[in-house]
Amino acid sequence: MSERSENVLEVRNLCKYFPIKAGLFSRVVGHVHAVENVSFTLKRGTTMGLVGESGCGKTTVGKTLLNLTPKTSGDVIFNGNVELDKMSAKQLREFRPKIQIIFQDPYASLSPRLPVGEIIGEAVREHHLVPDNELNAYVSRIMKSCGLFDYQKDRYPHEFSGGQRQRICIARAIALNPDFIVCDEPVSALDVSIQAQIINLLEDLQKEYNLTYLFISHDLSVVQHISDTVGVMYLGNMVEYAGKEEIFANPLHPYTKALFSAIPIPDPTVKMNRIILEGSIPSPANPPKGCKFHTRCRECRGVCSRVQPKELDMGNGHMVACHIYDPESGYDKEEAK
Amino acid sequence: MAKKDSNFISARESRRISKENIKITKKLDKKLNRKHVPESEYLTKMHDESNVLEFDDLHTYFFTDVGTVKAVDGVSYNVPAGKTVGIVGESGCGKSVTSLSLMQLLQRPSGQIVSGEIRLNLGDKAYDVAKMPIDAMRHIRGNVVSMIFQEPMTSLNPVFRIGFQLDEVIQLHNPGMSEEEVKQRSIDAIKMVGIPDAEGIYQRYPHELSGGMRQRIVIAMALVCNPRLIIADEPTTALDVTIQAQILELLRELKGKINASIMLITHDLGVIAEMADYVVVMYAGRIVEKGLASEVFLDPRHPYTIGLMESKPVINKTVDRLYSIPGSVPNPVNMPDYCYFRDRCEKCVERCSGKYPPEVHVSDTHIVSCWRYFDDPKRGGNE
Repeated sequence: MSERSENVLEVRNLCKYFPIKAGLFSRVVGHVHAVENVSFTLKRGTTMGLVGESGCGKTTVGKTLLNLTPKTSGDVIFNGNVELDKMSAKQLREFRPKIQIIFQDPYASLSPRLPVGEIIGEAVREHHLVPDNELNAYVSRIMKSCGLFDYQKDRYPHEFSGGQRQRICIARAIALNPDFIVCDEPVSALDVSIQAQIINLLEDLQKEYNLTYLFISHDLSVVQHISDTVGVMYLGNMVEYAGKEEIFANPLHPYTKALFSAIPIPDPTVKMNRIILEGSIPSPANPPKGCKFHTRCRECRGVCSRVQPKELDMGNGHMVACHIYDPESGYDKEEAK
Repeated sequence: MAKKDSNFISARESRRISKENIKITKKLDKKLNRKHVPESEYLTKMHDESNVLEFDDLHTYFFTDVGTVKAVDGVSYNVPAGKTVGIVGESGCGKSVTSLSLMQLLQRPSGQIVSGEIRLNLGDKAYDVAKMPIDAMRHIRGNVVSMIFQEPMTSLNPVFRIGFQLDEVIQLHNPGMSEEEVKQRSIDAIKMVGIPDAEGIYQRYPHELSGGMRQRIVIAMALVCNPRLIIADEPTTALDVTIQAQILELLRELKGKINASIMLITHDLGVIAEMADYVVVMYAGRIVEKGLASEVFLDPRHPYTIGLMESKPVINKTVDRLYSIPGSVPNPVNMPDYCYFRDRCEKCVERCSGKYPPEVHVSDTHIVSCWRYFDDPKRGGNE
């Protein structure tokens, strides 16, 4: 229903606020600022990694993109001209197969009452993607490409291990021939050796079907392996966004620096120059004024607690939201605290 | 295909197994439940006085209705005083069951220590924990050996204040102490783990604290009786990287302060590399490799250890494709009698189909269980 444009996804100033209700009549007393002013574009066939601490809004971004939770404001545009929230229910239903999601917990995201063949084939039949008499063969082919065996079609999810269940979740998403998949922490619940299998599978499928991924994870080493571009989120804001090589070689935002230095490296001879962040992430219901990171930032100066930093383009598509790099902010003129 | 499944057992078979299990577990349970057991029965001698803990050929089995699961099958290693020993392995390899055996917190009646010794050094004497009755064990748990669990969300009781939960530990192990003293000690412990406003936190409930703070409280609870050994069972798995860095820093700092040993159980090789002096790699209930951290990380010998290290993406080291160990862990109910890793191993030699490989000393401290190093431990021939 839409011609293939180079950008699978364009996100502009996406915001999502959750209302906080209290009292006898459940009046709205405030908002949780889960996602604020997040913008990025995603090219076809690439992977974007989204990292950040828990509660920073990574998952909410993924869900809002797919309109699983309606956004508060901003634009989400698929394939150059498709906007989910402006579609009728019928149009939305037709477009749904193009955008899929893989959830974090393979134990909770599969119906225990359906056999695997049905889990994978159900949506295919609903959307009439293949004729009914070919459905069985189609499901077998998808299962095979995800490393599952034909005889497992009649088994139930409880008969599978965590890694195999995640393969079923991937097969279910792939079966609809999507353009874009949100992978919401797909390997966090798995063992190291199984993680490697699933990551390899995701990469193989990407090549085969020319898929675009939004890869949400808190494991930076996995993100570095799989992504082409990386976005770092803190408390609902995208603080830094750049190509993978660029951001890992040259992180600019103090939060990104601290986050990268916190990764343990499996080599006892390497002594990391670790930046330890004090305290924990503030409440998103009552975020700090100015730069949201200023309460934990080492480089914090007066202006940081007053003015919210602008997103700056540092060249090479490297975006950063920090006063240090903004000559107009007056950061240089102030004394360090 | 489903009928050929080797996991399938008939109802009659299952009944027979559970009847047998009841017989075995009842006997073992009876021994543990005895009261007023003379100390001499579980008194023992350390093989090396400088160790805090020695596991010697420990076997812990789970007697389930589908057969006996050998969760820990002949594990031996030592925890030297003041050192950190890291235990790595995938889920289900028995790393947690080893530590639960030491604490006697196994899910009874199905989980039982079947044989082997766990020698615990108390300074002037040593106990064999495997033979200790539950009664006597209560004085050890939380006092000499304490444990930090994985989930800081579930290991604190939500209906009691933080202060009450800390006081409880102290009162239990120091019956003569006055209330003020107990409270002071709790507050000191909260201060020690780096929480500001200790008096305020003392009055709070667990749900009022963040994940990192809760884990700090759990650590404070573990430290409050000045234990000789702290078992940290995946202490940072549920936490964010930045909080993980804080907690690891804290553990390192505290270890020096109270001069305890740490047994660190995790599946994150990065955490082990950073914290541990010694590393033990477990696979399917047995140790496949152990040695100094530098030896195991810089010169891994066992194919499983090598595979584990290669399958983990590492920051600033790019590979086109991650290595993944083929296949999966064998069924724990009927383990093969040859090397457990043989079916997944790409470096098999003929001998691997024989009996389980013996321990081979690569150096004084570096031990590997693999046939490839049997003839020539230094190089690993047979390639």
